[in-house]
Amino acid sequence: MRQQLARVLGGVAVLALVAGGAAACKSDDATPGAGSKVCDLKLGFFGALTGDAAGLGIHMRNGVKLALEQYNKDNADCKVALEEYDSQGDPAKAPALATKAAGDTKVIGLVGPAFSGETEASLDTFKGANLPIITPSATRPSLSDKDWGVFHRGVGNDLAQGPAAGRYIKDVLKAEKVYVVDDQSAYGTGLATEVVKVLGTVAGQDKVQVKQVDFAATVAKIKASGATVLFFGGYYTEAGLLLKQAKAAGWNGVMVAGDGVNDANFIKVAGDAAAEGTVLTCPCAPATSAKGSFVADYKALINAEPGTYADVSYDVAKIFLEGIKAGKTTRADMLAFIDGYNGTGSATGVTYKFEKNGELDPTQVLVWAFEVKGGAVVPKVEIPKG
Amino acid sequence: MDFSELFRNFPELTTTGLTQGAIYALVALGYTLVYGVLRLINFAHSEVFMVGTFAAMWTWNALGFNQNLSPSGVLISAGVLIAGLLAAVAVSSATAVAVELTAYRPLRKRNAPPLAFLISAIGASFVIMEIIGIATDRAPYGNMPELVSNKPLFTILGAEITPVQIVIVVGALVMLVGLDWFINNTRLGRGVRAVAQDPDSAALMGVNKGRVIGLVFLLGGVMAGVAAVFANLKYGFTKFNLGFLFGLKAFTAAVLGGIGNLRGAVLGGLLLGLVENYASALVGTQFRDLVAFVVLIAVLMFRPTGILGESLGRARA
Amino acid sequence: MTDVQIKNGAPEPRGFTGKLNAMSKPGRWAAITALVALFYLMPLGWFADPPGFYNPLVTFSSDFGTVLFDAAIFVLLAIGLNVVVGFAGLLDLGYFGFFAVGAYAMALLTSPASKLITDYHWLDSPWPWLAALPVAIVITALTGVLLGWPTLRLRGDYLAIVTLGFAEMIRVIAVQSEWVLGGDRGISAIPHPPGEIGGEPIFGFVDPKPYYWLVLTVIIVVVFGVRNLARSRVGRAWVSIREDEDAAELMGVPTFKFKLWAFAIGATIGGLSGALWASKVNFMNSTTFSLENSILVLAAVILGGAGSIPGAILGGFLVAYVPEWLRGLGGFLGLDINTTEYRYLIFGLVLIVMMIFRPQGIWPNRRREAEIKDRQKEVAVGE
Repeated sequence: MRQQLARVLGGVAVLALVAGGAAACKSDDATPGAGSKVCDLKLGFFGALTGDAAGLGIHMRNGVKLALEQYNKDNADCKVALEEYDSQGDPAKAPALATKAAGDTKVIGLVGPAFSGETEASLDTFKGANLPIITPSATRPSLSDKDWGVFHRGVGNDLAQGPAAGRYIKDVLKAEKVYVVDDQSAYGTGLATEVVKVLGTVAGQDKVQVKQVDFAATVAKIKASGATVLFFGGYYTEAGLLLKQAKAAGWNGVMVAGDGVNDANFIKVAGDAAAEGTVLTCPCAPATSAKGSFVADYKALINAEPGTYADVSYDVAKIFLEGIKAGKTTRADMLAFIDGYNGTGSATGVTYKFEKNGELDPTQVLVWAFEVKGGAVVPKVEIPKG
Repeated sequence: MDFSELFRNFPELTTTGLTQGAIYALVALGYTLVYGVLRLINFAHSEVFMVGTFAAMWTWNALGFNQNLSPSGVLISAGVLIAGLLAAVAVSSATAVAVELTAYRPLRKRNAPPLAFLISAIGASFVIMEIIGIATDRAPYGNMPELVSNKPLFTILGAEITPVQIVIVVGALVMLVGLDWFINNTRLGRGVRAVAQDPDSAALMGVNKGRVIGLVFLLGGVMAGVAAVFANLKYGFTKFNLGFLFGLKAFTAAVLGGIGNLRGAVLGGLLLGLVENYASALVGTQFRDLVAFVVLIAVLMFRPTGILGESLGRARA
Repeated sequence: MTDVQIKNGAPEPRGFTGKLNAMSKPGRWAAITALVALFYLMPLGWFADPPGFYNPLVTFSSDFGTVLFDAAIFVLLAIGLNVVVGFAGLLDLGYFGFFAVGAYAMALLTSPASKLITDYHWLDSPWPWLAALPVAIVITALTGVLLGWPTLRLRGDYLAIVTLGFAEMIRVIAVQSEWVLGGDRGISAIPHPPGEIGGEPIFGFVDPKPYYWLVLTVIIVVVFGVRNLARSRVGRAWVSIREDEDAAELMGVPTFKFKLWAFAIGATIGGLSGALWASKVNFMNSTTFSLENSILVLAAVILGGAGSIPGAILGGFLVAYVPEWLRGLGGFLGLDINTTEYRYLIFGLVLIVMMIFRPQGIWPNRRREAEIKDRQKEVAVGE
């Protein structure tokens, strides 16, 4: 009996030694030669597909999927595959996936990461592997602080959106008493801070928790402050619940919130009646009123209304696909292609042109105010630059 | 510290805190019942509550009502409400019993160590949550009609009282008194108390232990189903991972009052609801969970078995 | 209580541990060395990427080396929690809190972006990695003592809820964006461990293997330490507390002191794993420290077999590895189902089935198993 186990263990160890030795001799895979037609390339999508934040990530993935479907239909002889990296929006899970993407030489580019935290946790890996990325939705300003080279952002960052929201509250709504709430996320706090900066003084401020359901105490404070405008920095679930409970408790003001709330689910949570009149800002155009045939195509493929950033994801995925079409089949070529890119996205109508640090050309960053009307988000006005 | 905020809103914070606390209390009863009999933290109970919220919502939707179309008239509203209540109670209690049958009973048969129950409970919790998560695309749902008005009805001592609050608090109290009476005055209730006190002697005296355990899960499920409908009335919102937070709070409430003690669970639930609200006003909403746990630890320091002590079997319960 | 195998004089080898112990000394050492060598070689070429066919054990859609690193971190956590839950029998539901303390301590001391340097000016410059590591560990150990001091008088499930509350408190504090920990904004630029070969740093950004080997080495050291401790007077005191605390107290075992010891040692190992983790990830924020992770570590310990070090290692590995492995399984089998979506569902089912058919864990501790058997005989009357 004992010999048996020893033999098994010993055998396994010998095998392992052989394996390790063999690995040392094995050379790296040859990288595909530039210029020649390479037909098994992959485009990655990096974001939350399961878990709490999946609602946002799934729409973006679908946008990328649509772009690939269309490309593969036109180029049936040389298809590009979609590789999904489901981070669950968790920065701790990001490195394993980023390393996987970096190590897979077939992955020529990446749409994402969807959120700022996971982007921050994986940029080093992408840089090390020279893998070009375009995020459709991570809006934390500090992401472009370092010259990453591989990083590109397909939308404006919070520094464009926050002050615009503040100006809208001050100049258009002309509110005197504004209550500011944020959800303590980097995104929510960032927006709230920018808004408070523009407004100067506010009627009151509170911070809530993500996943909180009962906002009674916050609602009591908002009511007591006499505020007519409530700015919420955060995402749609908490925004919907807070607004619903505030309206139910008899508060009659207007809620203003950023692109994290600009989602059909916000109205689903708050209800049509409570959501009516809510002003949502976004450094983007609403996906549901995207240009061209995007909305119809999306509905045909996915069987659902496009959500926030589905259109941006679609457009940035097409940048990569144009590159592949143009024969940029190595990461270095692709990176150079994106850095020199200057073209208009068919869904968003935005001209994609990136600055050296990866930010979208500031003249292309437009912040729009949308309004909830009759259960739908409709564009209202472009907020003028300050 | 913002005392002015606390005092200014004190009446409103009290009423909303009590309403929230009543829901905690109902969920806490499920933990306490199972703990009292089996000495086991039923980790899957949070999901029993969560499936109830979906069951009620889907029933209302099936009857043709949603967030934009609420029934008119008190009678129809009450009818729709009761239909949702029955659905939630049925689904929640069925889930609770199913958890007992699949995740606990086989382990009891094999006399597994207590920690094994904890892990299979966590497994059951994952399974239920993931099934609902996959079935609902992990999206938030707010598609519920307003069955009970949340417009203020009258004002007492500066607090506006709404029909929703009355329904929840009164409904919860009725459930609690009913449960208390059931445990204390019926044959089955005596069986529960007997098993809680001494399972072996109870078995020798002819109490069917298996049936008592099933009953305890069933009762916990009923309470969770009622709590689920109340949560729907109050928040009009649910999500596949809603149970986790409510479960955590309810479990905290049960321990605060003295786990295994029915009245303790109620006291703990109401107390927790109030503490959370007052703390939100005093030190900011971001600290409400922190304060809840600080209070819990402080109470356990001085009363190591909770405020009322643990005693499902003894006279007090 | 009664260990039949020892009484009989000629033990019949049972289970993995039994077989291992029944070997001759050189045989045993050879077996263990071979196993350890296998662990070291796992992320390398042949095993991870054999030519011609696909090794079905390798994770399909996340990087195998990084998964091994994450699994190793979980193994370390499971070994630490095993001291608390398995040896001393203290139910700790908030163990991941110590991981958070260790990780934050490391990040705050070594990162140039730490608010201790940029905002509070407590430090002039970031500490070197090697100096910060022991300090981070000591801080976590102190946290363990501070938490244990008031709470260890509580028993059983009350201790469980208090530890759970403690982990939640750490999380809530970590979420506060303005405070020193940075909340969701997190702490970036956490340095890697030092050392270079030929001008190239050993611990770089892309290659996870050196980190895995580092944690593996730490695991081996910790396992030796914990094993010796478990066989000493301290270990025997723990067993007596686990089996019957009142009886132990009567027999003159200072139960509180030994419970505190178990708690502090568990916390130290948790902090160590947090510190090692932080120095790999480069960026961390509050989202990592959710309560689910505490529960996962506990699941690891019990799945493996509470009280058994090999069990904790196996459990920790499985808990981190199985969900990642399930991630790409659908694609690998050529099925059009997204197993990523179902991985926690399957994991939950595995937990239930495992507990039904092997409630003592996969690789249980023999004494503990005997205790359970003993208990079964007593309880069998009631059912």
